[in-house]
Amino acid sequence: MRHTLAVLVENHPGVLSRVAGLFARRGYNIESLVVGETEDKTVSRITLVVEGDEKVIEQVSKQLNKQVDVIKVNDITNEETVERQLLLLKVAADPPVRQEIMQIVEIFRCRIVDIGRRSLIIEATGDEEKIQAIIKSLQPFGIQELVRTGKVAMVRGQK
Amino acid sequence: MNGAQYIVKFLENKGVDVVFGYPGGAVIPFYDVLGRSSLRHILTRHEQGAVHAADGYARATGKPGVCIATSGPGATNLVTGIANAYLDSVPLLAITGQVGLDSIGRDAFQEADIMGITMPVTKHSYLVKDMKHLPPVLEEAWNVATTGRKGPVLIDIPKDIFMGSVDLTKAYPGITTRKGNHKNGLENQLPKIMACLTEAKKPLILAGGGVIASQAWEQLLQLVRYTNLPVVTTFMGKGALPENHPACLGIVGMHGLPAANLALSECDVLLAIGTRFSDRVTGKPRNFIPHAQIIHVDIDPAELCKNIRTDIPVVCDGQKFLVHLLKALKEANICFQIEDWWSEIKNWQKKYPMKYEKCPNLKPQHVVEEVANQAGDKVIVVTDVGQHQWFTAQYYPVGGKRSFISSGGLGTMGFGLPAAIGASLGRPGEMVVLFTGDGSFQMNIQELATLAQLQLPVKIFILNNACLGMVRQWQELFFDRHYAHSLFNYNPDFVRLAEVYGIKALKITDPKEVTGVVAQALRTSGPVIVECMVESGENVFPMVPPGGRPNEMLGRWQDEAHISRIS
Repeated sequence: MRHTLAVLVENHPGVLSRVAGLFARRGYNIESLVVGETEDKTVSRITLVVEGDEKVIEQVSKQLNKQVDVIKVNDITNEETVERQLLLLKVAADPPVRQEIMQIVEIFRCRIVDIGRRSLIIEATGDEEKIQAIIKSLQPFGIQELVRTGKVAMVRGQK
Repeated sequence: MNGAQYIVKFLENKGVDVVFGYPGGAVIPFYDVLGRSSLRHILTRHEQGAVHAADGYARATGKPGVCIATSGPGATNLVTGIANAYLDSVPLLAITGQVGLDSIGRDAFQEADIMGITMPVTKHSYLVKDMKHLPPVLEEAWNVATTGRKGPVLIDIPKDIFMGSVDLTKAYPGITTRKGNHKNGLENQLPKIMACLTEAKKPLILAGGGVIASQAWEQLLQLVRYTNLPVVTTFMGKGALPENHPACLGIVGMHGLPAANLALSECDVLLAIGTRFSDRVTGKPRNFIPHAQIIHVDIDPAELCKNIRTDIPVVCDGQKFLVHLLKALKEANICFQIEDWWSEIKNWQKKYPMKYEKCPNLKPQHVVEEVANQAGDKVIVVTDVGQHQWFTAQYYPVGGKRSFISSGGLGTMGFGLPAAIGASLGRPGEMVVLFTGDGSFQMNIQELATLAQLQLPVKIFILNNACLGMVRQWQELFFDRHYAHSLFNYNPDFVRLAEVYGIKALKITDPKEVTGVVAQALRTSGPVIVECMVESGENVFPMVPPGGRPNEMLGRWQDEAHISRIS
């Protein structure tokens, strides 16, 4: 099963390398990893998506917790969360199909951020399902380039 | 005050008396200060010798070992020793010099990213890139190495940080950890443990290295006196209870004693303290005593449920746990009615004693046994890695309190000699007995110069079987006796070699000489080397084949079909 871990770490050089190295040498699989500063500048938050059963995730969390620079590990898989990924996608868009693509963009509430002579760049945010749906809808037109971030997530309500 | 002076002062304030190291370009500014300080610096003949000596010192004293090396090759030569300390949870502070700040990342002369290299084998590693980080980093590094589950920490210090000046007008606040507490602490679990132990018909204590690391030997002894529970130990836990104590059944695992392994297979409640259930103890984790309830106490939460299933996990320091458990047992007035269990155990001890043939050739066990007879349990026993390590573990009953020093987790050949030097420096006035092999001994043989210079009372017994015994044994048992590159066709004459270094040397070739030569060696003051020409084909038995159950022991015990039938 896929788990989402929110890991608070000291904003020190080498932290990311330590976390990534830990996963590599213990044989855990990272599906995605996003890291960035938090409201406290000395603390960064790493959002990790990891594949594994309960036992594996428990070990992952414990091993992360042992790291000197790790402050807290939260498994937020079963919590009510808001999740987002960012997608940039360059799609072939010759004049005859442009209108159709723009309608799809409208429906998914994405944005066109660049217009070329024969292509468009589309920016979208959303959860995994929405991102997948957008990609699927635009596939028939010919996707020339695609880049996406991993997922960031936040638990709903007061915490 | 410059960085180097600050570091020396810091070490002095922490009570460090001995450091081990080897100078080089990047650390000359540090040595310049160190050489004028009150710290005693031991110049080894290789950085690996320095780190193992610091490790041996730490194991013998409980205080962190400190070692120093220069940048690049100096630092990378520490890596094996750091990994060795990491796997055995030994507190160690490694200080390495680094090229100047401006040169970092430019492949400068003698530059290596030692912080990156040691990341997976340290509790933490630091690169100090700013003068103002030096004081807090030193403090935190010391804390990390010596608290919780102990382990090695590396601080990489660029040359200009040694020479830059530390602003002493500023306060450097101590480190406040932002981590929370862990559930499964002792308070929550104690009632469950009591209930589980009370119902046990065949309870057994498994004492690991954590008992020794938490200095809980006295508490374990008290618990055993009160409860009469039988105790087995892991390899790292050897000496957690004095081995001549009747409740101590000895080591379990791959080459454990038969009665200890049988007790482990047959127990219904296992109280495991300070052990990580290594594969050398469990075999295949799924097959490991499936019928028994397992209470697992460890200071490192990550060890609980890592390798085996655990019924009652407890995050706790070994000593604290034993104190509270004994108190609770006394308050509840619980006594254990385990006479039947004990008679079963005693029956195994009688039926399957450790044994070997003493003649006609010289047997390695014979030498170990005779040294044990004569030197007794008041000495520090150190080993290298290989067959001799296990002959020592099996045939030398040690006295407890940090009296057995060996590379358990990493199995580092070449550990013995420098570790014996470090142990001897940590415990002056005590005799150190080192058992090594012709293979291991040659891996850090350069430290004979260090030993000769220091004239430490280290008695070295080289069990020379002219081969890499443990490799040869596995090849015999599992690779159709194809002895690929495990037999030494050429070895130096170790007696003459010792004499070149100015160390007294003796030789044993005949079993009849053992008693006399051992006595002569132990009488000799200062270092002495005894080369023992032992039988090449001797194997370490019993042996649980890799992945086997604790009761599936090869060796003479194999024929006694009873053992393999118990399950």
